[in-house]
Amino acid sequence: MTNNIISFPHLGNYSIPIYYFLSHVTKNPIKIAPPITKKTLELGSKYSPDFVCLPFKYNLGNFIESLEEGASILLQAGGGCRYGYYGEVQCQILKDLGYDFKFVSFLDDAKLNPKTIYKALKSINPKLSKIRYLYYLTTTMFMINCLDKIENYIRLNIGFEVKSQSFKNLEKRMLSDFKKSKGVISILKKYRKYKKLFKSLPINKPKNCLKIGVIGELYTSMEQFSSYFIEENLAKYNIEIKRYTNLTYLLIKKQFNLKKLLKKARNYVTYELGADGLDNVARTIDLIEKNYDGIVHIKPFGCTPEIGAIPIINKICKQNKMPIIYFSFDSQTSDEGIKTRLEALADMLKERRKK
Amino acid sequence: MQKCYLGIDIGSISTKGVIINQNNDILYSDYIWTEGNPIDAVKRLLKSLEKNFDKEKYQIVGVGTTGSARKLIGTILNASIIKNEITAHAIGTISKYPDIKTILEIGGQDSKIILVEDKIVTDYAMNTLCAAGTGSFLSSQAKRLNIDVKDFGNIALTSTNPTKIAARCTVFAESDLVHKAQMGYKKEDIIAGLCKSVALNYLNNVGKGKKIKSPIIFQGGVSKNIGVKKAFESLLKKEVIVDENGHLMGALGVAILAQNEKEINFDFNITNLNFTTIGVECDKCPNHCEIITIRKDNKLIDAWGNRCERGAIKN
Repeated sequence: MTNNIISFPHLGNYSIPIYYFLSHVTKNPIKIAPPITKKTLELGSKYSPDFVCLPFKYNLGNFIESLEEGASILLQAGGGCRYGYYGEVQCQILKDLGYDFKFVSFLDDAKLNPKTIYKALKSINPKLSKIRYLYYLTTTMFMINCLDKIENYIRLNIGFEVKSQSFKNLEKRMLSDFKKSKGVISILKKYRKYKKLFKSLPINKPKNCLKIGVIGELYTSMEQFSSYFIEENLAKYNIEIKRYTNLTYLLIKKQFNLKKLLKKARNYVTYELGADGLDNVARTIDLIEKNYDGIVHIKPFGCTPEIGAIPIINKICKQNKMPIIYFSFDSQTSDEGIKTRLEALADMLKERRKK
Repeated sequence: MQKCYLGIDIGSISTKGVIINQNNDILYSDYIWTEGNPIDAVKRLLKSLEKNFDKEKYQIVGVGTTGSARKLIGTILNASIIKNEITAHAIGTISKYPDIKTILEIGGQDSKIILVEDKIVTDYAMNTLCAAGTGSFLSSQAKRLNIDVKDFGNIALTSTNPTKIAARCTVFAESDLVHKAQMGYKKEDIIAGLCKSVALNYLNNVGKGKKIKSPIIFQGGVSKNIGVKKAFESLLKKEVIVDENGHLMGALGVAILAQNEKEINFDFNITNLNFTTIGVECDKCPNHCEIITIRKDNKLIDAWGNRCERGAIKN
């Protein structure tokens, strides 16, 4: 069993902390799925039900590409919407395609928590001790938190870089460096080092630049390929980007946040909307309170929780005269159309500022 | 010598050009079919503009491009500004109608709505995924019914009892249209129904959730169809303006934008140069980016379409 290669679907840059985690809690070789390309999506779409949400197709494409490169243990998690069914359906599709593999779900009885993850990992590495597991779970969370903090800094400043690609190149270097982390101290050292390096990159940022909040579904928010690199493309117009969704938020902060969110959105929402629906309503209000210039709402085609949230968000924005545009991504979206709308948004916000 | 500015709007179906002076007055304008070849269309457009152009009196110091081929043509003409059609249309229209509140636009392949308040765009939307209810749909249905698309509007007006036609999707609309024709509905009723379905489809898609306030202006190629204009008026219960220069608003807007850019020296000679575009598929990863290269007299002047550095094509 220890020779079997483990693989898992991509989610933005988080393949690095997940790789780090798995390489310490199992004895198997770990394979990060090949980078997402158009081919990944084509493969995923080909074998997925047509009307399933977009992340399902990307995940399935990742699995197929990993299997083709020799992986034989596939990991999948789940969450509060259709994401909870991904694992079982994908496992069945891949089995029907004739692949031979072991499918390990972090979910148990539709729940995802440290206990269920431990149970799942035990099935791969029976000798895994609780202490070792907990230590690496914590350090991995720490690494995720460090990366999220740096990514936040990148989003705020990448639109103002003096030398083009300087942020992207340093980010690449940082990720490959983090991949080689050992323990907490080495992660902390790397975090401090790259924080300093990023802050030393020359930027040309005016004091009152345009600010846009990107809200919406979690996968399209975090996996930039699936949103046609919307943050990068927006930042190009000299805009500061704010995004709430990241793994630090989803895995840690979110569970303590429900009451706060309901309070913030109390004029509009009485109950949860499923997945991040309520969060996005509260974020809309937050962005308005913080005087942001505009909001971009993104979701994959067919995302039910966000479809429920959109009319509420639309109403809030109308009442407060907050400019907002919506994007719904699917496998057929053209990136020219997205760029046209983003440029129009940037123009519109600039004109509003002049008044 | 007076300074003037050239604005070109290269759409999927037609190419529009204007030359304006510093007061935003249109000095020359022209309107031709793109015929699937934007470079050739622009050359023809420039030739016809040049014919009337008074070179003794005027000098073009700014060039702007907009429309779906804006980048290609902008590169070739070395334009001072390349702008998306939403901004260009808004600026062009506001310059002519300062108190306009809503701009409805239906073109060959796209449709959009722009909401304006105090001369500033406050909201906009553009059709996604599908070209239902745009000009290309109307012209293909005109062919099916064997009438000239130019007569569409006037025939629609003769109908007193427009047929109901499914408006959600082009494919459904088409099969519904065939069905209604086979059932024996009169041609003018079907045509009037089609016009209504275009307006309804527009309001249910791009117009969804948008507050449409007067004054309303209707632009784009389809605005020349009086049947659709009437359909909008009856659905919105408001007056809809159609400007005779409505098709030029995008070109006008981008010409106005060119006024704020650095001055260049534009020469009509460009029509004599030979431009070729070649699409290359990058095979360095499975993304297979489609890279467009543009050559001027066989010398590479620009290339784009690559997602990463590896696909960059240089001289």
